[in-house]
Amino acid sequence: MIYLELLWSFFQIGLFSIGGGYAAMPLIQHQVVDMHPWLTMTQFADIMTIAEMTPGPIAINSATFVGIRVAGLPGAVVATAGCVLPSCVIVMLLAYIYYRFRGLSMVQGILAGLRPAVAAMIASAGLSLVILSFWGQRSLPDDLSGINGISVWIFCAGLLILRKWKVDPIYVMAGAGVLGVLLYSVM
Amino acid sequence: MDEKRRKCGKLFLSTFQLSACTFGGGFVIVPLMRKKFVEDLHWIDEQEMMDLTAIAQSSPGAIAVNASILVGYHVAGVLGALTTVLGTVLPPLIIISAVSFFYTAFRDNAVIDMAMTGMLAGVAAVICDVVITMAAGIFRQKRLLPVLILFSAFAAVRYLGVNIILIIFACGAIGAADTFCRRRAGRETA
Repeated sequence: MIYLELLWSFFQIGLFSIGGGYAAMPLIQHQVVDMHPWLTMTQFADIMTIAEMTPGPIAINSATFVGIRVAGLPGAVVATAGCVLPSCVIVMLLAYIYYRFRGLSMVQGILAGLRPAVAAMIASAGLSLVILSFWGQRSLPDDLSGINGISVWIFCAGLLILRKWKVDPIYVMAGAGVLGVLLYSVM
Repeated sequence: MDEKRRKCGKLFLSTFQLSACTFGGGFVIVPLMRKKFVEDLHWIDEQEMMDLTAIAQSSPGAIAVNASILVGYHVAGVLGALTTVLGTVLPPLIIISAVSFFYTAFRDNAVIDMAMTGMLAGVAAVICDVVITMAAGIFRQKRLLPVLILFSAFAAVRYLGVNIILIIFACGAIGAADTFCRRRAGRETA
């Protein structure tokens, strides 16, 4: 039963990929390339490119892609459901525990220690995105002159607008997309 | 009931929009959610959002999905959580379904590439904005420890490649020890 196999494979991916994003990549490869003959390595690499170019978590993107290839649209739905099922159960349980116990001073102490760490991790992810946006790769290149001027301008304009007028970020992102098409076609 | 249904509708719309704009996955959606639910809608307070982020990060599964479950659960219980999961999962499901049928053409399309490159710069700006706001909040506490944690966690995750789960546990332990010491110091002086 192909649907059950898809469900079970992506359930495992959802359950064991802690840390999100690229942490899920080797797990997905193991399930869909090594364990099952669902994708070739080239197709897998293509998914990773597409997953990076399109919105959404990598695990969900690959679940949809693999599901469609293997068993059409129902396959995509089943694989995606399998992928989010472990999160639904575990995270809701943790949410219940958090709201029950967060009044305790020790729990508050732990959470106070976590907050700067969370800010640091977001800062690191943000820095990676800025580098990716400016230089088209994940880590800083040795030669910084290959910088993408248009991206820098869009970035600065976006940041200025956000800091000054506190607009809805959706507009900034959509505007950046439109600006990208306009500027790149002109230049 | 009507109030709850209205909130669920808003939850669905918000998470759907955010998810449709979240490139690269992972942490990117968290600052966007913070902006929407903390600053715009005032459904969640600043500290709570940070706590929810830590929980989302240390639970299995995609961070975007976990974070939206937490937000939905907080705003409207289990029904809210299911609503936000649906809202978060649908955009990638629809987009990838469409893309998978003509993915080589999609990969090589010039206009799509331009829009994506532009949007990437926009998303980077949004995240920087949020980081500035969060860091300012931490510096305003005027305590050395949170600032120290901020910088060492940044160095650990960025330059030393330390596992994120490990950092979360370590910082939680530091926070607990700090509370314990301060409480004892308070008792001795009293």
